[in-house]
Amino acid sequence: MINIEIDGRKVEVENGLTVMDAAHHVGLHIPHFCYHKKLSIAASCRMCLVQVEKAPKPLPACATPVVEGMRIHTNSDYAVTAQKSVMEFLLINHPLDCPICDQGGECELQDVAMGYGGMTSRFNEAKHVVAGKPMGALISAEEMSRCIHCTRCVRFGQEIAGVMEIGMAFRGEHSAIMTFVQNTVDSELSGNMIDLCPVGALTSKPFRYKARSWELSRRRSVSPHDGLCSNLAIHTKADRVVRVLPLENEAINECWISDRDRFSYEGLNAADRLTRPMLKQGGEWVEVEWQTALEYVANALRQVKTSAGAEQIGALATGGSTLEEQYLLQKLLRGLGSDNVDFRLRQSDFSADGKQAGAPWLGMAVADLDRADRFLVVGSFLRKDHPLLAARVRQAVKKGAQFNLLHAAADDLLLKVANRAIVAPSEFGNMLAQVLAALTESKQAALSDDVKAVVARATLEGIGNDARAIAASLAGGERVAVLLGNFAQQHPQAAQLQRLAQEVAALTGAKFGFLGEAANSVGAYLANAVPGANGLNAAAMLAQPRKAYILLNVEAELDCANPQQALAALGAADLVVALSSYKHGATEYADVLLPITPFTETSGTYVNTEGRAQSFKGAVKPLGESRPAWKVLRVLGNLLEQEGFGYENSESVRDEVLAGDLAERLNNRLSGLTVSAAATSAGLQRVADVPIYSTDSIVRRANSLQKTHDAATPMVSLNGAELAKLGLKSGDAVTVSQGQGRATLIAQCDDGLPQGVARVAAGHAATAALGAMFGTITVERA
Amino acid sequence: MLSEQVQAKIEHELKKYPADQKQSAVMAALRFVQDEKGWISSDDMADVAIYLGMPKMAVYEVATFYHMYKLQPMGQHTLTVCTNLSCQLMGSNETLDYIKSKLGIGLNEVTADGKFGLREAECMGACIDAPLMTVNNRRLCARLTPEKIDRILTKLSAGGELASGEENVR
Repeated sequence: MINIEIDGRKVEVENGLTVMDAAHHVGLHIPHFCYHKKLSIAASCRMCLVQVEKAPKPLPACATPVVEGMRIHTNSDYAVTAQKSVMEFLLINHPLDCPICDQGGECELQDVAMGYGGMTSRFNEAKHVVAGKPMGALISAEEMSRCIHCTRCVRFGQEIAGVMEIGMAFRGEHSAIMTFVQNTVDSELSGNMIDLCPVGALTSKPFRYKARSWELSRRRSVSPHDGLCSNLAIHTKADRVVRVLPLENEAINECWISDRDRFSYEGLNAADRLTRPMLKQGGEWVEVEWQTALEYVANALRQVKTSAGAEQIGALATGGSTLEEQYLLQKLLRGLGSDNVDFRLRQSDFSADGKQAGAPWLGMAVADLDRADRFLVVGSFLRKDHPLLAARVRQAVKKGAQFNLLHAAADDLLLKVANRAIVAPSEFGNMLAQVLAALTESKQAALSDDVKAVVARATLEGIGNDARAIAASLAGGERVAVLLGNFAQQHPQAAQLQRLAQEVAALTGAKFGFLGEAANSVGAYLANAVPGANGLNAAAMLAQPRKAYILLNVEAELDCANPQQALAALGAADLVVALSSYKHGATEYADVLLPITPFTETSGTYVNTEGRAQSFKGAVKPLGESRPAWKVLRVLGNLLEQEGFGYENSESVRDEVLAGDLAERLNNRLSGLTVSAAATSAGLQRVADVPIYSTDSIVRRANSLQKTHDAATPMVSLNGAELAKLGLKSGDAVTVSQGQGRATLIAQCDDGLPQGVARVAAGHAATAALGAMFGTITVERA
Repeated sequence: MLSEQVQAKIEHELKKYPADQKQSAVMAALRFVQDEKGWISSDDMADVAIYLGMPKMAVYEVATFYHMYKLQPMGQHTLTVCTNLSCQLMGSNETLDYIKSKLGIGLNEVTADGKFGLREAECMGACIDAPLMTVNNRRLCARLTPEKIDRILTKLSAGGELASGEENVR
C-alpha cells in the first residue's frame, strides 16, 4: 500500500494501480474514451490528462502508475485546460451530426463534450471523411467519420473475443477502423463492440433508427439462451422490446453478453407468433377462446387417463423454460398420476438417473473459471455453446492456464489449446480411460472399483501420447477444472463419460462439473421436471409412443435428440397439447395450440449452471392473448381439480421449489455405475453440434442473427481422407441418410475431424429429417 | 501462396526472433513479397498472416501503416519524389512537374507500358542534397535537375539499373 493525494484527499491505495484506478477508488471521475476497465491500456485518446505535481506536463491517468507521495489534481485549472484542449482536438474531425446519429443521447463523446467542449469551433478547414465499412448483419459501421480512434473495438476483439477481426489501418489522419478486405465481423461476441464504441461509429444494425435512448424503458431480465444466464437490460418502447443490452454482473457475465443474448429479441415478435388459442377441428385450425381451449385440454387429458391410463400421458419441456413453468408442468403430470416428464430433450443416455447424488451443475462458481490453471473439457463446442464461459476460459489461458480438450472436432476455440485429443464419439470413453491409466501410473493412486476394468484394459492396449500429455498437464495443476460439455451430455454413453471424468477429477483433485446446456438445466432438476423411478425419460417417451403429450416450448423436429422418432411418436398420438409462443411445426401433429409468452413477457426464474437462482419480471405485456405458461398450467391444474394450484404469483411457485438450501441439492456425484468398454461401431459416425443460432425457438426466429456466418445452412463435414474414400470433394452435393430420413447437403472438407466421422448439425430445418444426433450415418453423392 | 524463395527468406528472418514471436518478422516478410511481385496484394497479406500465425488484420495494419509498402502495382520502377519543405524550397514542385510531363502521368499513376510509377513522399532525411527522389525505395537520387532526371529515365528505360551511389553525388 502506498500513500497518495488526489484532489486534496489523502488516500492509501494498492501499489501498481494507475491514477485512473486510484481515482475510481475514491469515487472520482476522470473523463476518458479509450480507457476501459476490462481492456488493456491504449492511452490514445488523451482525454484523461491530469496534473501530477512535479511532472513537467499533464499525464494520462489511465497509463500512469501511482507512486508513493504522488499528488494528483484531476480538476485543477491546469488539468482542465489540458482536458479541454484534447476535447477540442477530438472534435476537430468529428462531424456535428448528433441529431441524425443513432448514438445521440447515450454518447460518451456528447456527454464529455458538454463538460469540456467549447461553445464554438475554431476549426474552419474541411473535416476528414471516412467511408463506411461493411461489417455484417449485426454491426453498422456506416458513419466511420465519427470514429475517434480509441481502438476499444480492436482491443475487445484481440483480448476478449480472441480474434482480431477489426483493426486500425493506415496512419495519422488517414487512420481508419476496418476489417480485412471488407470481411464481416463473425465473432459470437461482436455486439459488445457496439457498447464499447464511445461514439456513433459502430452502432447496432437491428436497432438503427428504432428509438432514442430517452424514449426507452429499461427492465432487468435474464438471458434464456445458455447455461450462464447473463443479466440483461431489456429496453422497450410502446410495449415492444427494441433492444437488449448487458447488465453488469461481475460474477456471471461481467459487462458482456453474447450476440445470441443481445440480438435474439428480434425473434420475440416474429411473424409466426401465436397469439390466440387454437384447436384442430376436422383437420382445420380454428381460433378459440382460452376457456374453450383449456376445457378441451382438461377433458381430453381426463379421457386419456380413464381410457388408457395416466402413464399414457407424457410431458416434454425445453431447458429454456422457466423454473416455475417446469415445476407446474411436472406437478400437473404427477397430479394426473403420470411420472413421464422430462426436459433433457437432446440427451440420449439416461443411465445416470437414480444414481446421481443431486442436480448436475458446474461444480464451481462461474468466476472460479478465471482462476483455474488446468482445464479438461470433454465434448464441447465451447465457443458456440457457451460464448461467455469460453471468454472466461480464454482469460484464464492468457494468464497461463493449460487447456486440454477431448472432443470430436477441432474447431478453433480462439484460445491456446495445450493438448487436444480429437477422436470419434465412440472413442471418448476409451480416451478418458487412457487418461486415467496415465494418471494412475504417475500418481500411484487407487482407482474406484467402478472404473478399474476399463482402465486396466486401456493400460493393456497402450496409452496414447495425447492421453499422456493430458494426464501430465492435469497432474501439474493446482486448481484443475474437469468439465463436461453439451456434446458429452448428449453422448450415448454420457453416464459412463461422467463416471470416468469424475474419476479423473478425483485423481487430480479437480473440481468437476457440467456446462449447462440450457438456461434452466440445473433449475429443471430442482423443479423435478425429470422422471421418477416409474417414469419414462424424454427418449423413452418417444421411443415407446404415448397416447397423449404435453409440449412446453418444444419444437420437436429441432429440439429433440431424434427428430424422426419424435415426429413419428407425436404424429401417432391421440392428443398433443402444444404450449408454444409460435405457430411452428406443431401445427402438423398437435391438436391444441396454447399461446404462451416468451421470457420477456412473463415473470420467472432461471437457475444457472453454477446454481444461482435469478428471478425476473416481464418486460412487456403479453402479446395478443398469449399468457405466461405458469398461469396456463395453474388454470389447467385447477380445471383438473388438482390440489395445490392456488398460486397467486410466480414468486410463490419459486419459493415452493427453492425452499431450503439450494447448494445442498447440487451434486455431480455419480455412484453405483460400473463403466464397461464402449461398443465399437461400424460405418460413419454422426457428430452433431447444435449451431449457435439454432438453439431455441426465439433465436431461430431472430432475423439478423440468421443472416450471420454462424447461421449458414449446415454442411456435411468430413476429413480429407474420408471424403476421398467416398469419391467426393468439397462443394459436392451429397445425400445424407439416417434411418428413413434423408437430407441433401453440401459436403466440405474439415481435416480437424477424426477418421470415421461425419459432422452434420442438428437443430436446423435442413437436417431435421434425419435421425439421432449420434449414431451411424450414410453419406453418398446426391 | 508465398513462393519458395520468399518462404526461404522469411525462414531466415525468423531465426532472429524467439519461436513464439513469429510475427516479429512481418515487416521483413512484406518486404520480400514486394521485392518479388513489385507490390503487396491483400491475398499476399493473408498468406503472410497464415505463414506467421497472426491475424490478417494485423498484417493489413502494418502494410497500410508504412508508406514504402505498395498496395497497388506501381510499375517496374517506382519514382518517389520528396515534396516536403526543404525539397520544395529547392524546387521539388518543378522536379515533379518535369517528371510528370516527361512520363505523361500524374501522382500515384503508372505509365501505359508499366515501366514507371510516380509517388510523392515525406522527408527522406538528406535535405542538404534537395531536391530528392528514390527509385524503387532503394536508390536515392539527389540534387535533381532536368538533365539528371533525363539521364536516370533513359538508363532505366533501356533496362539498366542504378548502381549504389549513382546520381547521389553533388
